[in-house]
Amino acid sequence: MSTATLERNGVADQSAAEPLLSVNNIEVVYDHVILVLKGVSLQVPKGGIVALLGANGAGKSTTLKAISTLLGSERGEVTKGSITLAGETVHHLTPTQLVRRGVVQVMEGRHCFEHLTVEENLLTGAYTRRDGSAAIRRDLEMVYHYFPRLRERRKALAGYTSGGEQQMCAIGRALMARPRVVLLDEPSMGLAPQLVEEIFEIVAKLNSEEHVTFLLAEQNTNMALRYARFGYVLENGRVVLDGDAESLRNNEDVKEFYLGLGSSGRRSFREIKSYKRRKRWL
Amino acid sequence: METLSAVLVEPFVAIAEAPMFFFEVLIGGLLSGVMYALVALGFVLIFKASGVFNFAQGAMVLFAALFFVGFIDLGWPIWLSLVVTVGVMVLLALVIERAVLRPLVNQDPIILFMATIGITFFLDGFGQTLWGSDVRRLDIGIPDDPLIVAGLYVNQFDIYAAVICGLLVLGLALFFQFTPTGRALRAVADDHQAAMSVGVPLNVIWAIVWTVAGIVGLVAGIMWGAKLGVQFNLALIALKALPVLILGGFTSVPGAIVGGLIIGAGEKVAEVFWGEVLGGAIEDWFAYMLAMVFLLFRPQGLFGEKIIERV
Ligand SMILES: Nc1ncnc2c1ncn2[C@@H]1O[C@H](COP(=O)(O)OP(=O)(O)OP(=O)(O)O)[C@@H](O)[C@H]1O
Ligand SMILES: [Mg+2]
Repeated sequence: MSTATLERNGVADQSAAEPLLSVNNIEVVYDHVILVLKGVSLQVPKGGIVALLGANGAGKSTTLKAISTLLGSERGEVTKGSITLAGETVHHLTPTQLVRRGVVQVMEGRHCFEHLTVEENLLTGAYTRRDGSAAIRRDLEMVYHYFPRLRERRKALAGYTSGGEQQMCAIGRALMARPRVVLLDEPSMGLAPQLVEEIFEIVAKLNSEEHVTFLLAEQNTNMALRYARFGYVLENGRVVLDGDAESLRNNEDVKEFYLGLGSSGRRSFREIKSYKRRKRWL
Repeated sequence: METLSAVLVEPFVAIAEAPMFFFEVLIGGLLSGVMYALVALGFVLIFKASGVFNFAQGAMVLFAALFFVGFIDLGWPIWLSLVVTVGVMVLLALVIERAVLRPLVNQDPIILFMATIGITFFLDGFGQTLWGSDVRRLDIGIPDDPLIVAGLYVNQFDIYAAVICGLLVLGLALFFQFTPTGRALRAVADDHQAAMSVGVPLNVIWAIVWTVAGIVGLVAGIMWGAKLGVQFNLALIALKALPVLILGGFTSVPGAIVGGLIIGAGEKVAEVFWGEVLGGAIEDWFAYMLAMVFLLFRPQGLFGEKIIERV
C-alpha cells in the first residue's frame, strides 16, 4: 500500500469518526404545514468542500438555512432529526450563536447591504467578534488579498457594484466572521461563466490556504463537481444520491439530469427503475 | 375677488412691507420645527430598523417627560432626574423588546402596529397613574426671554432647544456612521436577513433603537414640556410628527429633520400672515393639509429612501 492511499484512508477514517458538520435525517416544515425536507442527512468533513446539488425547489437552500438556523425568520422549523457541529447539537441555537461557533451562511442572491459601502459590508461581518480591531483589520486585508476587486471598490456603496462584486462582497463578509464552515448558496447565480470560474477558484484557494470548510449549494452541477470533493444530490426534499465528486461526475444519471449530457427524456431519479434508493436511518 | 386678493396678494404685501417681522416669524417657526423633527426622528429610527410603525412614539414623549418632571418635583437635581429617566427609557425599551416585539417576530406589520397602539395605551395610562394627570410646570433653567440677534427678536428658549436638538442629531449621526453598533443598525435597516446571517442579533438591535427612540423622545418631551408644561397634550403634539413623516419620507433621517423644519416654519408663517383671512387656528390643520398635498403628488416624501437600481 502506498503512502498516498494510507494518508487518504487516514483522512477518511478521521472524517468518518467525527465530521465537522453532520445533518442527521432532518425534516423541515414551513408555516407549520408545508413539509419541505423529508429526512435529509449529510456530512461535511473538516477542511472539505461538499456540494449540495439539485434542481429548483429541491430543498438546497432550506437545508443550508436549517443548518444556519436562519429558517426561524422564515417561519420554518426543524421538526425531526438533528444537526451537530463538531459533536455539539446546534439546531436549537440562534443564528448569532452559530456565527460565534463558526458557521456562516452566504445567502442565495447575495444580500449585500446596499446602502453601506463595500468595506462597511465587510466590517459588519465581524460584528460578533471580540478579538479586537487589529485582528479584524488583518482579516480585512486577507479578504482584500483574495478579492482584489473589493479593495478597488471598497468605498463604493455595495448597491452600486456589479453582481460579481456583490457575490465577492457577500463571501468576504462571511469570511470576516472567521468561520470554520461557510454555507455558500448558489454563488454562480446570474453570473457570467468566467466570473463563476473566478469565484470558484477563490473558494478553492480559501479552502486550501485558509482551511475554510465549504458546504456549497449549486445548480451549476458541472462547476460544483469540479471543485467539490464530495456531493449530495437532493430531489424533492430527499437525498437521492451521494458520492465523491469523481463518481458523481461519471454517474450516468447525474450526467443525464444535471450535466445535460444525457439523451432520453427522463425527469427524475424516481422514475428510473434500476436506481435503488439508499435507505437511511432505518 | 376681494377674498382672492386677501388670500393671494395682501399677505405677501404684508411680508414685503415688514421683512424683519417675517424673518422673526420664520425663525420662530423653524425653531419649533426642530422639535417636530425630533419626534419624527424617533419614528424613523424604529421604522428603519424594524419596519414597525411605532404609534407609541408620542406616548413615549409624554411618558419620558412625566418621569423627568416627576423626579424634579421630588426635589432631585436636574442631572440626576435626567440620568434616572434615561435609565427608565432603557428599561422600557428592554421590556418592549422582550414582551412585545420578540413574541410577535415574523408577524405582519399591521399586527406590530396594533401592538404599538397597545403600548400607547399602557404608557399613557401607566405614566399618568403614577404621576397624576395635572399639568406640571417644568423649569429646567433655560430663560424664556426674547433675544435680539442681528436686529431680530428671537426667543432665547427656542435657540437653546434648537442647539440641544442639533447636538443630539449630530451625536446620533456620528453614532450611526462610525461605531460598529451604528453600522450594524444601518445593516439591519438595509437587509435584516443578511444581518442575521452574519450574526447580528436582531433583538439586541431592536432594544437599542427603541432605547435611542426613547431618549430622543425624552429630549423632545423636556423641550416641549418646558415650553407648554408637561401634560397629556404632549402626546397629541407628537402626532404632528405624522405629517412630518409624510413630508420627509418614513425612512429618511434627513427627511425627518427637513420635514420638521418645513412644517414648523410653514404653520407659523401661515398662522401669522394668513390667519386672519382664513379664520385663524391654521396651526392646527396646516401640517395635515400640507401632508395631504404631498400624498397626492409625492407619496414617497421628499427624501423617501433612495432605491438603488442598477441597469
Ligand atoms: N419560506 C417558505 N415558506 C414556504 N415554503 C417555502 C419557503 N421557502 C422555500 N419554500 C419551499 O420549499 C421548497 C424548497 O425550497 P428551497 O429554496 O430550499 O429550494 P432550492 O433547492 O434552494 O431551490 P433553488 O435552486 O430554486 O434555490 C420549495 O418548494 C419552496 O417553494
Ligand atoms: Mg436555493
